[in-house]
Amino acid sequence: MTDRTVHLVQLYPRDMNIYGDWGNTLTLKRRLERYGYAVRLSDHDPGDPFPSDADLLVGGGGQDSGQFRVQEDLQRIAPELRAMAADGLPMLAICGLYQLFGHEFRTGAGETLPGIGILDLTTVGGPTRLIGNIVLESPEFGTVVGYENHSGVTRLGPGQAPLGKVLKGAGNNGEDGTEGARVHHVVGSYLHGSMLPKNPAVADHLIRAAVERRLGVFDAAPLDDTLAERAREVAQARPR
Amino acid sequence: MSRPHVRLLGQGIRYLTTLRGGGSAFPGLVMERLHPGFVAEELAKLPHGVVLISGTNGKTTTTKMAVQLLRSQGYKVFTNRTGSNFVRGVAAALLGEMSLTGRLDADIAVLELDEAHAVHFVKQVKPRHALLLNVMRDQLDRFGEIDTTRRMLAQIAAATTGTVVLNREDPRIVSLAEHVPEGTQTRWFGLSAPLRPMFPSDDDMRSAGGPDAESDHEQEPAPRPAADVELTSFEANRVRLTVGGEAVETTVALYGVYNMYNAAAALALALAVAGPDADRAALVDELSRVTPAFGRGETITVDGRPLQLLLVKNPAGFRLSLASARPGDYATMIAINDEYADGRDVSWLWDVDFHSLRSGGVDVVAGTRAWDMALRLDYDEVAVREVVPGLGDALRRFLAGAGERPMRVFCTYTSMLELRRELSRVAEVAEI
Ligand SMILES: [Zn+2]
Repeated sequence: MTDRTVHLVQLYPRDMNIYGDWGNTLTLKRRLERYGYAVRLSDHDPGDPFPSDADLLVGGGGQDSGQFRVQEDLQRIAPELRAMAADGLPMLAICGLYQLFGHEFRTGAGETLPGIGILDLTTVGGPTRLIGNIVLESPEFGTVVGYENHSGVTRLGPGQAPLGKVLKGAGNNGEDGTEGARVHHVVGSYLHGSMLPKNPAVADHLIRAAVERRLGVFDAAPLDDTLAERAREVAQARPR
Repeated sequence: MSRPHVRLLGQGIRYLTTLRGGGSAFPGLVMERLHPGFVAEELAKLPHGVVLISGTNGKTTTTKMAVQLLRSQGYKVFTNRTGSNFVRGVAAALLGEMSLTGRLDADIAVLELDEAHAVHFVKQVKPRHALLLNVMRDQLDRFGEIDTTRRMLAQIAAATTGTVVLNREDPRIVSLAEHVPEGTQTRWFGLSAPLRPMFPSDDDMRSAGGPDAESDHEQEPAPRPAADVELTSFEANRVRLTVGGEAVETTVALYGVYNMYNAAAALALALAVAGPDADRAALVDELSRVTPAFGRGETITVDGRPLQLLLVKNPAGFRLSLASARPGDYATMIAINDEYADGRDVSWLWDVDFHSLRSGGVDVVAGTRAWDMALRLDYDEVAVREVVPGLGDALRRFLAGAGERPMRVFCTYTSMLELRRELSRVAEVAEI
């Protein structure tokens, strides 16, 4: 019998975990379990040996100070992350980590944090925080709902696909109507919310990619997402 | 207009808004417009100055306790007890307390201000004492980041002329000591080592394996400054404290371990204010007579059954509320609104660990974000009997289904206001 275990790795949960990022990890873990897979969950924090056998990576937002603390370690593991991304390993990078998945982040205080260039984008610290409920339309995932809270202003490179078009909210920069970025099976976004509980389509995309990459085939019956559906309807109707 | 005329006008407006049950800050707004220095001038006359209490969690309860402790020592205390913790609210409270000849019958002011308003306030009025409780995730959608909130508190510490009382167990509060100006004292309140794990900071929230897993990132503990008041241990309402190195015991009629810790904070503040003249035994004794502030664990009796209202507004507070009683013994309702006053962002629900509710389940989930809450509980594998967004209906179904169990309702700010209104139809509910 094949080993139906999926190795889920949280990137920097100590320094980059705010606005309910745990909800994304928990959603992936529970859904995998409910689909009939075992989950091995581990953390990667600065200085830890990088788990090269990871199947699925998830990382969240943080204070600017948190970004400074993880930045050096992120550069250390960048070659491996880039190779994994190109090899189709699914990753979810939210907010602070999303910014560092791009080329660079110039903070409001004028410092420059180098990114790891998996996503073709750059970010500068803006004068105002972009805060509120946000709704996107994504070609692959349909309507995506969440909550954004960031002062970073992100511009996508010319060939970089966004996660979706903003229907309500600010998105990457509040100007060009894009939100997030997508390449291979990597999803970057400013959406907290947490994002995955209310967007099972995104969660299942990451899960399917992880399982297919490890086991060749994803063969599970769909889950009942009634609660998520109700919560999505409410989230879309609430004031910004 | 001359000063007394402005004040009398403000007092008149305050009287009229009281009659119509209106917002408590409006007369203060009028005063601010007509006489901008009003609050600073009045408070500057107080012989024992101004005490400012700020932080994310526990301001209201701690302020109430500090006021009572100081009154027991003979101070005539002015406070902004209307719960309107804006500078304007302070002005309105001042107008309410002054006689028509403009005399404020007080010798000290104890004011509760949230971080952003406190920053504005200290530009006008330098507090003699400040009590800074904690910095936690709360309403980040308004203030931006926790580090921003910490910087606001640093400005309060820097503006304080007498003594700053700090929470030794919150790393962000500890770091404020370096902002205390020369000539101003720093005093501490803290927890005994066995109690510290009950108060996780937002920084050590989530590691692999979730809440059940041990963190493998134990950091070297930094040496801790000596605390004037340390919460040593507690059992039900019986509290042991170490006060000035001496072990004392008392009862505190408040719900939850976090309120016991607020009591320690209030006591440390009262000791700092009263200085060497403090009657320590009397202060400890007075703690046994404090009662909960509105919505901070107040109990309402419905058809002879106790119903407890627990205000929840951030992960740390929610976790501590959950940890304060055995859930299986209670009928449980959770009401989550996302109105402006609650904070529109409900992502914080994902940072609360709901495992403890698995054994008894949750009877009713309610509020504008009831479905978000139900989804959250589903992912922690907590059974939910009913999801009823409308609070009135939800409350009726909860009361009908609770049976003989005592009831507790975890609720956000605006959902609590509405639930209290609904409850006042069927039970005795104290006026706010
Ligand atoms: Zn963020």
